[in-house]
Amino acid sequence: MIKFKHESLETNTGLLLVATMLAISVAGMVEIAPLFLIKDTVEDVPGVRPYTPLEQLGRDIYIREGCYTCHSQMIRPFRDEQLRYGHYSLAAESKYDHPFQWGSKRTGPDLARVGGKYSNEWHVQHLIAPRSVVPESVMPNYPWLMENRLDYADIGARMRALRAVGVPYSLNQAEYERNVKQFGAEMAAQLHIPNARESLIAQVKANNYDGDPSFVSEMDALVAYLQVLGTMVDFSKIKPEELVKYR
Amino acid sequence: MAEQHVKPQGPQTTGHVWDGDLQEYNNPLPQWWLYGFYVTILFALVYWIVYPAWPLGEGFTTGLNSITYVNSEGKEETWHWNTRAKLLKETQAAAAQQKPWFDRIAQASYQQIVQDPELMGFVNSAGRALFNDNCAGCHQIGGAGKIGHYPNLADDNWIYGGSFEKIRETIVNGRQGYMPPFAEALSRDQVEALAHYVLSLSGEPHDARLAAEGDKLFHSHTGACYYCHGSDAKGRQDIGAANLTDRIWVWANVPGARDMPAKVAAVRQVILGGLNRGIMPAWGGRLNEEQIKVLTVYVHQLGGGQ
Repeated sequence: MIKFKHESLETNTGLLLVATMLAISVAGMVEIAPLFLIKDTVEDVPGVRPYTPLEQLGRDIYIREGCYTCHSQMIRPFRDEQLRYGHYSLAAESKYDHPFQWGSKRTGPDLARVGGKYSNEWHVQHLIAPRSVVPESVMPNYPWLMENRLDYADIGARMRALRAVGVPYSLNQAEYERNVKQFGAEMAAQLHIPNARESLIAQVKANNYDGDPSFVSEMDALVAYLQVLGTMVDFSKIKPEELVKYR
Repeated sequence: MAEQHVKPQGPQTTGHVWDGDLQEYNNPLPQWWLYGFYVTILFALVYWIVYPAWPLGEGFTTGLNSITYVNSEGKEETWHWNTRAKLLKETQAAAAQQKPWFDRIAQASYQQIVQDPELMGFVNSAGRALFNDNCAGCHQIGGAGKIGHYPNLADDNWIYGGSFEKIRETIVNGRQGYMPPFAEALSRDQVEALAHYVLSLSGEPHDARLAAEGDKLFHSHTGACYYCHGSDAKGRQDIGAANLTDRIWVWANVPGARDMPAKVAAVRQVILGGLNRGIMPAWGGRLNEEQIKVLTVYVHQLGGGQ
């Protein structure tokens, strides 16, 4: 019988290499492979759709400003979180997020269901000067969002990039018609890449998120994004025990 | 003198010598540490058996542990342990604990709740938690509000009405305040006169001559202010037109202005630009019926409910 000693590994480079690769492969198989194999990790729930061009640019600003360093977007299935933030987050709700914004650091509150909780006006005021509405807040001021013109020249390219990784933005008539079936005509038009700029401007005009109709600001995009967070799934139409069975 | 522990020999080495003089100390882990490590391995083995752990093709080992909860048909259902099932069970247990209270809230009329000290104790604790989570972001802790942005809920002045029914309506459906802008309809002088008149209604410093002019304008078809604010300027709660005579300022920050020109400017700004804000989100979809009732009574008793 060969007596195995740690020393044999330490003094034999070839053996160390093989053993290291073995350890990493096993860990990789166990941790990564199931994500591709296990069925039903992403819940089959109605309502989840890709972001409109404006919301998507708002999301890009959210990432640019580093909001994710203090805010998570992941309500865990605990009672205290459910009471404060609302229904726990579903995997399906971030299936079109690339990269997802789940996060694990909460200096500020979770934002997974912040959509509709405050008025647009509140968001604008809060982003410009957080302490003017929440005195104990430690959030920095973001006044430039109101002054910066939103750069949407490359929105088409951004959407094409997301389409390449599986987000159903449409480029041609066939894809557009598929979206009409899945998301309805109005939404499908907004998800159509050739129309991206027109639908972005139309969404700003219809909602005037930042209260200043004179130009399309970065604030318009960010508020549009915040207001849609967590609002796509109607939980009153889903039985809670159905979601249990996805785990 | 401090006692010195001197080891009889130097530490053991692995026995190897590299490059003529490089040696490696051999310091084994303390025994308790080593056995502690073995215990964690043992713990993992037990954990694998009891809880969902190992992936198996398209599924995974679900573990021996299970959780029983009540499904939406009211029947008991058992599923392997997971955090969602655990949450569902805990939520149902907590709801069962709170049920007697919420049942009493649901059955009692608003008047009965207010007169029942026990129920009011519940309203004050549950209502405060709900208020701080959902309302305080705008209306601030205690309902003090933010002048120029969010109405004060702790006074006895109500834009849309302070009865239980009206407060409930506001919470469930939200509100959307609106006043048309007068920048184009009125001249600069007319707006100035109106601002002085509005200030005079609350006993603020004003120019009497301009206020008299504004008074006429207010009640004329040109200014048409009385359409919404009423000929007595006391407002109309059914459309959310503010009472201008009660010295309470919601939109124009008159109390915060130093002198008469600043106060006039604050009022002028509202008349010129109108209001297309004052939007309160609807809570009907976020809170359930009982929670809204608790919140209604809580907000009602914050200030002077009507």
